[in-house]
Amino acid sequence: MSTDAKAPTAAPVRGGRTPEPSVVIRRSKQNKAPLFLILPTIIVLVAALGYPVGWQLVTSFKKFGLKQQFGVPAEFVGFENYITLLTSSELWVVVGRSLLFCLVAASLTVSIGGLLALLMQRVGTAGRLILQVSMLLAWAMPVVAAMTVWVWLIDWRRGVLNWLLVRMGVDAEGHNWLAEPLTFFMIAIIIVVWMSVPFVALSIYAGLTQISGEVLEAAAMDGATGWQRTRHIILPLITPVLSIVLLLQLIWDLRVFTQIKLLQDAGGFANETNLLGTYIYQLGVGSGDYGMASAVSVFMLILTIAISWYYVRSLMKEEN
Amino acid sequence: MRRKSIVTGLLTALAVVIALIWVFPVYWMFNSSLLPNSVLQSTTPTFLPVGGSLDNFRAALADGTFFTALGVSLTVTLSTVVAVLIIAFLGALAISRFKFKGRKSFILALLLIQMLPAEGMFIAQYKMMSSVGLLNNLMGMTLLYTAAVVPFTVWMLRGFVAGVPAELEEAAMVDGLSRTQAFLKITFPLLAPGLVASGVYAFLQAWNEFTVALVIMTENQMKTLPLWLRGFVQASATRETDWGMVMAASMLVAVPVIIFFLIVQGKMSSGLVSGAVKG
Repeated sequence: MSTDAKAPTAAPVRGGRTPEPSVVIRRSKQNKAPLFLILPTIIVLVAALGYPVGWQLVTSFKKFGLKQQFGVPAEFVGFENYITLLTSSELWVVVGRSLLFCLVAASLTVSIGGLLALLMQRVGTAGRLILQVSMLLAWAMPVVAAMTVWVWLIDWRRGVLNWLLVRMGVDAEGHNWLAEPLTFFMIAIIIVVWMSVPFVALSIYAGLTQISGEVLEAAAMDGATGWQRTRHIILPLITPVLSIVLLLQLIWDLRVFTQIKLLQDAGGFANETNLLGTYIYQLGVGSGDYGMASAVSVFMLILTIAISWYYVRSLMKEEN
Repeated sequence: MRRKSIVTGLLTALAVVIALIWVFPVYWMFNSSLLPNSVLQSTTPTFLPVGGSLDNFRAALADGTFFTALGVSLTVTLSTVVAVLIIAFLGALAISRFKFKGRKSFILALLLIQMLPAEGMFIAQYKMMSSVGLLNNLMGMTLLYTAAVVPFTVWMLRGFVAGVPAELEEAAMVDGLSRTQAFLKITFPLLAPGLVASGVYAFLQAWNEFTVALVIMTENQMKTLPLWLRGFVQASATRETDWGMVMAASMLVAVPVIIFFLIVQGKMSSGLVSGAVKG
């Protein structure tokens, strides 16, 4: 990304000035200082994550069975877990489902969020405030509280969703949306999109407000239509914001756990509705097969890195 | 001109409709929390809490477990915020103001750590915490939360630190201030919005976190608010769900966050994006 491309993001300093990259080379006698500064971060990360990550790697090469539940140490089996995993159709079904879920949810979130950001820009102050406040209220809801409310909304007997659908002439009386995988995921996507759109809409809106009105006016005077201005001026300028929120959404939606778990608790059939997160949880905490659970975790990490590789590389190039 | 105002009017109407749809679940929680169960049992929903009361709240608070959970949540969340701000600020200072060996690997590590699948680590984290005696311990919980939040916060804060030119500080030093004075008087005030944004991010993450707490906090008096709420739903699921009481409990968990959030939100969205995008 060029320096220009960063301009539309909300600058933290007053006056909307774009901060300069200020990596300052300090005198050589001070070159130990940065190491002391990053030391606390490293200590905390190693203390909290070092053992778990190491354990996970090691465990993914061990076999856990019935004996291990009675305290017999697990044996090393090399790549056996990975081979079982990669040749089992179950994993690929879960992987496919997770990828599909993540793509649908993330693209819906970013498109709806983008459209709402444009809408906020077009309407007057009152309309924008109403929209922003409602977004903030939805965004601020703690996940567990939000899930509780949604489960009540879609309750098959007295939920307001079914009542509304019956009013609209759909035969939804007493329909349990969580009982079928397809409708289970429709509901899950609606909930995840509902939760994630506010962040995306408000971030993109923050990006849009950084675009100078003069440029747009000049374009309008030169005869550019509204669509042309959106396509050729606004879109390129907010591309950095769009790509970061899209990437964050993809990563977050790939690892969605709490929402799926709580929906499963509320009546979904876990085996047919598992995504990667709940699959690992079920293998590990549920059946005590830590070896397989760890192997799936490692696989999921590789998958996440693969998805974000391009972005991570372009970020790291910028560090030079 | 007339056509333009009609279009704006229609768009405003659209904005209001979308706002109503988005806020509906939040409103529904509020509405149901005030209605008696006999009304909620009806197959026709009641859309306004006319004749409602605070009975559901009284019922939800009756056994006092809410206040225990509130105490645990507040302690863990505030300790996390303080720890995260100090640690992440130092880290952000290092990567935005210094060039040093290992800087790139440090940044790459911060990025990759955020991609670790948490679900796989619960078991190992549980084993680790139980072997050092930190299960059901506020410090142990704070350590795990801090580690979960720090990578993104360093990333976010560095955008703000980079936004304050070092020359500004140096100019102040030319004018006779010491390095510490220059930092406290010049740089620090300019960083305040960034620290607020990061603090809010850490607060929300810690306050809302569910799964790590589920695994680590096994004792009843160490449950955080999300666990308290979930326990509530489960307890009432064995009989006919008392939705009024469950919604009142959800209100109790959500309202503090919503109020806090509305106060500080201005810093949030811009902070998240600028920190993440700014190199």
